[in-house]
Parts: sequence; structure tokens; C-alpha cells
Amino acid sequence: MSARLAQKIAFTILLLATLLVVLPVIFILGIIVAKGASAISWEFLFSMPRDGMTAGGIFPAVLGTLYLVLGAVLFAVPLGVLAAVYLVEYSSDNWFSRLVKLAIVNLAGVPSVVYGLFGLGIFVTFFRFGASILSGSLTLGIMILPVIITSAREALESVPRHFRTVSLSLGASRWQTIRHSVLPHALPGILTGMILGLGRAAGETAPILFTVAAFYLPRLPQSVFDQTMALPYHLYVISTQVPGIAENVRYGTALVLLTLVLLLNLAAIVLRSRFRRKKKW
Amino acid sequence: MVSAPAKFSIAGLHVHYGKLCVLRDLNLDIQANEIFTVIGPANSGKTTFLHALNRLVDLVPDSRLSGDIRLDGVDIRCGLEVEALRRKVGIVFALPLPLPISIFENVVYGLRMQGVRDAAVLDEAVERSLHESYLWDEVKDRLRSPAMNLSGGQQQRLCMARILAGRPDVLLFDEPTSGLDPISTARIEETMLNLKEKYTIVLVTNNVAQAARVGERTAFFLMGDLVEVSATSKMFTAPADSRTSDYITGKFG
Repeated sequence: MSARLAQKIAFTILLLATLLVVLPVIFILGIIVAKGASAISWEFLFSMPRDGMTAGGIFPAVLGTLYLVLGAVLFAVPLGVLAAVYLVEYSSDNWFSRLVKLAIVNLAGVPSVVYGLFGLGIFVTFFRFGASILSGSLTLGIMILPVIITSAREALESVPRHFRTVSLSLGASRWQTIRHSVLPHALPGILTGMILGLGRAAGETAPILFTVAAFYLPRLPQSVFDQTMALPYHLYVISTQVPGIAENVRYGTALVLLTLVLLLNLAAIVLRSRFRRKKKW
Repeated sequence: MVSAPAKFSIAGLHVHYGKLCVLRDLNLDIQANEIFTVIGPANSGKTTFLHALNRLVDLVPDSRLSGDIRLDGVDIRCGLEVEALRRKVGIVFALPLPLPISIFENVVYGLRMQGVRDAAVLDEAVERSLHESYLWDEVKDRLRSPAMNLSGGQQQRLCMARILAGRPDVLLFDEPTSGLDPISTARIEETMLNLKEKYTIVLVTNNVAQAARVGERTAFFLMGDLVEVSATSKMFTAPADSRTSDYITGKFG
């Protein structure tokens, strides 16, 4: 076989593999948009479900998901960023920091249903928060902590060493150096991680299953101790648990969830590229 | 000159990085308002010597410093806070390293960290220190533009202004012209000669001619040992040690 022919075959195989990777994405998007677009309306997005979810809108689920995501981020971002600052700026490479890093990697690999059970045990039962937005947010928050910490660590490590040396050499304390010469330059990277975590939290079903999600609750939550509907769980319910839901409502719900997550990811990508363009060192 | 109280007096200084000994039993005095130059080949401990004087050595993991360094008679390790020491003993690094903020903010960075908020004080410090580093005329109309947009030589003079803003006692220069063209180099040297009226200057350079041009006394370091320290004119005409003359005349480098 000639070298030229071998090369042609190799290229064809590589191209086919790439297409195979892209095809499912296109199919999923295509089917969801084709079958769900007709359900999308102002009323669908912003009104209560009626008649056992067979009619009306999905507003409580949209709002519930936004609350949960917001709560998760409010909990996980400060905690994760502070931990990352400690790991990058303060701790030396000893058994403790290695153990913490190992724990973070492991945390990232825990299946989401385990987080759900953990949340049920700790927040719902032990702390007596009940099935509530608080329990769900905290559970989601712990789930996205590894994403937040890892991206914050990378962002901090990408700030050049000499910023710290220069700042310290000008008589700044270590904390002033972190506060004024490291964190501001790591902020876009930290935000990117935050948005990725947000997208993950918005789409997960298992962690909210036992901790917050309501099967059918056609009113808006009044406090953090209320249950709420949420998009991923609502989608599961109307797709498998309740008969007689119109197909375009099911796909419409999926489309809303997908759009929400994609928008969040898009925001992360835009932010990151702007950051890279601004970076001049 | 020897009878005057020394600005820096260093006795029995050793610096180790892990098991590696980078400075060995160093004893010397640096007088006030002199330009003290340090020459020597690569890896002779020159930069470590500078970094010991304002405790930047502390930033190196596994570094160990023993011996005695006194600034105006005060032990720099237990006599004063490290932040205060670094404000008194400013350093200009080998590469121009402005922070990615405006020219103005670079100059006032140290003052802001001290808690100075008064805009008039900051403005005055910026104008004074940029005059002192001969950069004022070139940047006075664009103080708010990014420091990264300046040329290399301008950036290096900005780095000088940045330490001058805090009214230090001692200026440490670590091969400040190694990345610059001859004209920028000449401007930096001229600036140093003018600054010695008010400040004590320690200049590390791997450019022997530069030490001869601006130095008053010169120390020759080799592999972590201080080989010789004497008046610059004497070192370049009649060095006491044969290794010094070999280095100066370019037999090794």
C-alpha cells in the first residue's frame, strides 16, 4: 500500500470519527427543537401549570431552578475560592495539601445520586432543613465545589509569579498581595468556573430528587424552607410519571432546560475569550 | 569612609537553598550614599545577595539564611517588620516588571498598600518620583494608560519610580539594564548617578564595564564566595586576587 493511500484512509477514518462525535449533538438539538419549539410561548414560560401539569406553563420549575442554582453558587463560590486561595497561595506541598487535593479530585468523581443521598442525610434529616430550597442548594453547592475549586486554582496559578514578587518587594503584605495583585487578575478565570458549575447545577436531577424537588406544586416558593419544582425533575416527571402530557410540552420543557444550560456555557466561553484577549503578560 | 557608620553591615552571612550553599560566610559593609557594585559570573550568588538584603530570599521554598545583616544597626530579621524593611530597601529587577495596571497605579502601589488615601499626597509622590527617575516628561500626559504600553527602558525607569515613591533608604538594582539597548542603559546609569545623592545604591551587574562606569566600591563574587571588595578604581587597575583580574580581563565569564 502506498504511503499516499494509507494517508487517505487515515484521514477518512479521522474525519468519520469526528463526524460521529458531532452527529448525536446535532440530532439531540434537532429533535428537541423540532418537537418542542411549538410549545414555547410567553404563557408556557411564565404561568403556573394547571390540570395536573397537562396544561398551563412551567414557571415554578424555571424559577425553582434559578433559585437552586443561585443558592448553590452563593454557597460554593466563596467557599471554593477561599479554599483555592489557601491551596495555591498559602499551603506548601505537604501531606495535608496533597490529601485535600486528592479529596477534591474524588469529590468530582462521586455520582450525583450519591450527593442526593448525602444531602438527604445531612441537610434534610440531620440539620432538619426538610425538603427545601436550602437543602437542595447546599447539596448542589457541594456537588459543584470541585469544579469551582479546580478552575479557581488554575486561574490563580495562571497569574504570573512575578506579580507576587513585585508586590511583596514594594512592601505589601502577603494578604494585600493576594487581594490586590493576584485575585483581580484571576477573577475572569474564577467566573468561568463559576458559570460552568452553574450549568452543571442547573441540569442535575439526582441531587435535588430527595432534597427539594416537588412533584407538582403550582405555586411559587415563599422562603428558602419551601419545596419547589425544578426543571430537570419536572422533565423527568412529565416524561415518565404522568400519562397524557402532550409531546410538545415535554420537548418544550427539555428545550427550555437545554437553552438555559447552553446560555450559561456560552457566557463562560465569551468571558474566557475576553479574558485571553486582555491578557498581556 | 571606613569610619562612617555603615548603612548595611553584613557579618557571617550564609544562604542555603535546600542543601545547596549559594552564599558562604559573607562579611562586608555598604556605606551610605555610595554606589556599591557587585560583579561576578552567573551563579555566583549576586542576586541572592541582593534578595537577602530585603528578605526576598524568604520567598524561596527551602531557603535558609544565617548570619547577621544590619540596616543602620538594626537586625533586619528581628528588628523590623518585613514590609517596613522592603519599603526601606527597594529593588529593581533584571527584567522590567510593571504590574498590569496604569502608570499612576504602578507608582502609588506601595503607598496604597501602606494605607495612603490622600489624593494630593499620591499625586505629589507620582510627580516627584517620576521626576527622580527622569520619566515624567515622557509620561506626564498619559499617567492613566497601561504601564505595559511603555517601552522596555521606560518600564524600567517606571520600576525605579515605583520604589522611589515610598522614599526608601537603599535602592537595589539587579542587572537593571540586561534587557535594554545602549541608549536606555545610558539613561538608567545616569539616573543612578543622580540618585546617589539621596540614596544608597547596590548594583548587581554582569557587565564589568558598567561597574567601572558607575561604581565607587566593587565586590567580586565567585561561586558563593566574596573574593575581593575594594574601591572600584583600584579593583579595575590593581586587583588583589588573580581570579578577579582573570574575570575583569575576560579570561572567564
